[in-house]
Amino acid sequence: MKPFDYFRPGTVAEAVVAAAQPGASYLAAGTNLLDLMKGGVSRPDRLVDVTHLDGLDQIERLADGGVRIGALVSNADLAHDADFAKSYPAVAEALLSGASAQLRNAATVGGNLLQRTRCAYFYDTASRCNKREAGSGCDARDGENRTHAVLGWSENCIATHPSDFCVPLVALDAIVEIEGRNGRREIALDELHRLPGDTPERETAFEPGDLVVAVRLPPAARGFAAHARYLKVRDRTSYAFAVVSAAAALQIENGKIREARLALGGVAAKAWRARAAEDVLRGVAPTVAAFQEAARRALTDAKPSGDNAFKIELARRIVVRALSLAAAGTPARIPALPASPFASTSGAIHA
Amino acid sequence: MPELNLTSAPAHLRHGSNIGQPLTRRDGVLKVKGQATYAADNHPPGMLYAVMAVAGISRGRVTSLDVAAAKRHPGVVDVMTSDHKPELAIDPEIKTNPFVFRMEVLQSNEVRYANQPIAVVIAETLEAATEGAALLAPRYETLPALVGLDAGDSFVPPVVGVGNPTENHRGDVEAGLASAEKQIDAIYETPPQYHNAMEPHAIVASWDGDKLSVDMPTQGLMLSLARIAELFGIAHDKIHIRSPFLGGGFGSKGLMAGPQTLGIMAAKLIGKPVKLVVRREQMYGPVGHRAPTRQRLRIGADGEGRLTALDHHARTVSSTFDDFYEPAADASHTLYAAPAIRTSHDAVRVNTGTPLFMRAPGEATGSIALESAIDEMAWACGIDPLAFRLKNYAEVEPITGKPFSSKALRACYEQGAARFGWAKRPLQPRQMRDDAGLLVGWGMGTATFPALMFQAEARAVLRRDGSGAMEIGAHDMGQGAWTALAQIAADELGLDIDSVEFKAGSSDLPDAGIAGGSAHTATAGAAIHNAGAAVIAKLADLATNDERSPLFAAGNAGVIARDGRLIRRDDESRGESYSEILARAGLAEVEARGTGAPNPAAMEEYAMHAHGAVFAEVKVDPELGQVRVTRMVGAFAAGRIVNPRMVQSQLFGGMIWGLSFALHEEAITDRRSGRIMNANLGEYHIPVNADVPPLDVITVEEHDPHVNALGIKGVGEIGITGSAGAVANAVWHATGVRVRRFPIRIEELLTQI
Repeated sequence: MKPFDYFRPGTVAEAVVAAAQPGASYLAAGTNLLDLMKGGVSRPDRLVDVTHLDGLDQIERLADGGVRIGALVSNADLAHDADFAKSYPAVAEALLSGASAQLRNAATVGGNLLQRTRCAYFYDTASRCNKREAGSGCDARDGENRTHAVLGWSENCIATHPSDFCVPLVALDAIVEIEGRNGRREIALDELHRLPGDTPERETAFEPGDLVVAVRLPPAARGFAAHARYLKVRDRTSYAFAVVSAAAALQIENGKIREARLALGGVAAKAWRARAAEDVLRGVAPTVAAFQEAARRALTDAKPSGDNAFKIELARRIVVRALSLAAAGTPARIPALPASPFASTSGAIHA
Repeated sequence: MPELNLTSAPAHLRHGSNIGQPLTRRDGVLKVKGQATYAADNHPPGMLYAVMAVAGISRGRVTSLDVAAAKRHPGVVDVMTSDHKPELAIDPEIKTNPFVFRMEVLQSNEVRYANQPIAVVIAETLEAATEGAALLAPRYETLPALVGLDAGDSFVPPVVGVGNPTENHRGDVEAGLASAEKQIDAIYETPPQYHNAMEPHAIVASWDGDKLSVDMPTQGLMLSLARIAELFGIAHDKIHIRSPFLGGGFGSKGLMAGPQTLGIMAAKLIGKPVKLVVRREQMYGPVGHRAPTRQRLRIGADGEGRLTALDHHARTVSSTFDDFYEPAADASHTLYAAPAIRTSHDAVRVNTGTPLFMRAPGEATGSIALESAIDEMAWACGIDPLAFRLKNYAEVEPITGKPFSSKALRACYEQGAARFGWAKRPLQPRQMRDDAGLLVGWGMGTATFPALMFQAEARAVLRRDGSGAMEIGAHDMGQGAWTALAQIAADELGLDIDSVEFKAGSSDLPDAGIAGGSAHTATAGAAIHNAGAAVIAKLADLATNDERSPLFAAGNAGVIARDGRLIRRDDESRGESYSEILARAGLAEVEARGTGAPNPAAMEEYAMHAHGAVFAEVKVDPELGQVRVTRMVGAFAAGRIVNPRMVQSQLFGGMIWGLSFALHEEAITDRRSGRIMNANLGEYHIPVNADVPPLDVITVEEHDPHVNALGIKGVGEIGITGSAGAVANAVWHATGVRVRRFPIRIEELLTQI
């Protein structure tokens, strides 16, 4: 493996300075980065290990009713925080449907946001990939692309963002707090990941040195706790990325939807917020017909990028199901098989 | 001297306190503690690390390698290339026997498949060698890759599998089809699959002059040793291979592979011990795989639901440079009593590493197609799938007309169906739902696998201290050979298992034959049986010829070995201990050898197979198309069960593999480059625990006096057969949708349910 410098900064400010250097990369749990380095996909000169920075591993309830999640909180710790899971059940369910128990124990909130695509052509250094090497071409476009994007893709890149966690976060208007060379700033998570366009190598709104220090959910996010689900269809029950997933959250009052939130995973280079679908649900009764209309709206702009037309139909059906599940009410306990259509089968006690 | 033939008088076996006991693995504690030394755990002094660079294209030529850049990297010691390598004693392209497959050991710059080794970087650390390999930055002259089952003109190979005829027939298939009231004509496809043993291929090789010491996982110590001897031009007795534990093999470690040969070459080049471990993604190429198939089944049945003809044709692929043909159609030879059967194969050549034996080669691929087609025919006839199978139950082997040496398949059907509750199955598909509204389906498949035997030898010792030893170069791949074979040894020696020193896993022990074909316990067990019998006979000779012994002149009646004593068969009160006999004879020990081999006369007379019946329940989401198996019951008849616990594990493993075959496993090959795009355990899906339902295994009593002296049939591979088809048939029963391309994907159900 390529030799690299390893630097363990004492403060966030030191980290930012170190990581702003060309060839530097942040290292948190490394559940994605180390694989990329072993495969020669990422070849950083310097790793800036942020795992020892103080103060980034807290889950804080904010006075305004929101929650602030430190970037180094592990996926497992966040999902198993009883108060968090109760307030944001779709987020907890999404976390528990991702990766494996071992990976969830290690993987961090910040790292989850910044994980790279699972496009096989990105990982295969013998293939052309515009993300890995700008301008080299996209071998996925005419390749084995069953799982690739159906929304927001371009001729230059049809990769998807693999995160489960980001899907309900985007639906709930999560905000990302960033420490950069010019100090602290924040952006909506929905603005963090870029669609590929002509520059698929530029995946995020980040500048060199930018460090995720926290993810915040605004006060309103808590208002969906009674009707929030994450649903993930995948080729096996655990340790698999979504073929398509959806986070659905509703506020229901007097038999009508007061507000709806919907985002899709596995369909685009970012967690895909479906605002047009949310709009048609506002003020209507939570019926299958309404959900079908929402699904239609959510996928209006979808088009296959290869052998994946089925994902559009699958996404529509997942939207309907996720909204139906959300309308039925958040279960008292997260199912044994989180986010699975098979929540209660096969005697499995965990995923 | 009286003739004592304990082999044909297996009375003492019935008294054995070991065979039949569900002992836990004797190596289990070592493994749990991390003290079981696998090949790559060895670090001889001065050892260097070798890492392969592999081809990024699947057809063409390497035009340049930046060897200088690799060598400049700190820690890199040398780079082995086609221009810089130790010469072999024999061209690796020469096939000296049918068990020799061509390997890529840098003999040229030609690239024949993706992930073919093109250089080996040797360094002081693994990290340096890995980076050195990356720095080689190969350039290629690339030719269009041949990919897939339609890559080129098809041809009929001379043989399939290991010397099986490409075509077989009995009766007039066309006439049988023409006379049929019902016909099925369907095409099934299975994908390329890779063994993916948990332990990758690895070698630690050390040369001392012309002596070679090797730590390497192998399912065939002697085959590997012979191949190394031939390649490096050294005598067999100069080579020592240690393979005490394998982290799985599944057929991929049966024969000496190119990467392991490269490790030995690197050690020779550099004059120091070298370790070479194949990276996970590099296993998708040079160490074999299961070839894809496209199978056409034409089946006819009369108005009563009796088969009139069965025609099974399989298309498969082999590499551009060697020949192995998945014998998928042969699965139709043994199960169903069609009066006319024809099986045939053809193939195309593609840019792939040569496909090889992968767990139930031919049986697994053929079984899912055959069992699906039989299910389709049962439905066409309006008959329950189990009733249909019973109606067409083969009383003799259909393709040969031979009687079976034993066949408890009816009992398997009965016991499995009863345990599963099959009688409540509605005939029509899409009739059952669970409380959550998921579609529920029940399917079944028949399992079968030949009861094979190879050749083996064992050496048995009885010592004056009352202990014994059994030596055989057997292979523990995780299946439990350390335990099951030791159980047999203990019974043969008439000793408690803890009094037997059981030695295996090393090439300086007698040849145990290859651990493949589900034949290892039978083969090695037979050798152990005969070695044990021979050493007991020697001991008995000492006693029965000695007038001071209470066994004097017992030769005619015979003696029994039990609990470290020989006793008269006709008077169990008369006997004495092994120690007493040896002490009086002034001997420290007696030893004898025995061999195990197939019995050609019995094979001529009988068809020998294990059988089983597998029942599966699946649930399918009616809108989303996601399928999961929720229940499986398998009932298997496989002769004598040496260790029920290990046999159950083997059958569980096979059933899970069958589930995987039906729903998950597939190597995704780029149609242009021929590269495998999911060459890792994250994306090459095998089932996780949450995909595997509670499994129920029944081992059905079966006594087989013909297969071998111990009556053992294999259990390693049979579990896949039947299971894959049972799951596929259950998916149909749940949905009414017949998917004929495996694995069954969400999208195929999504658009049709």
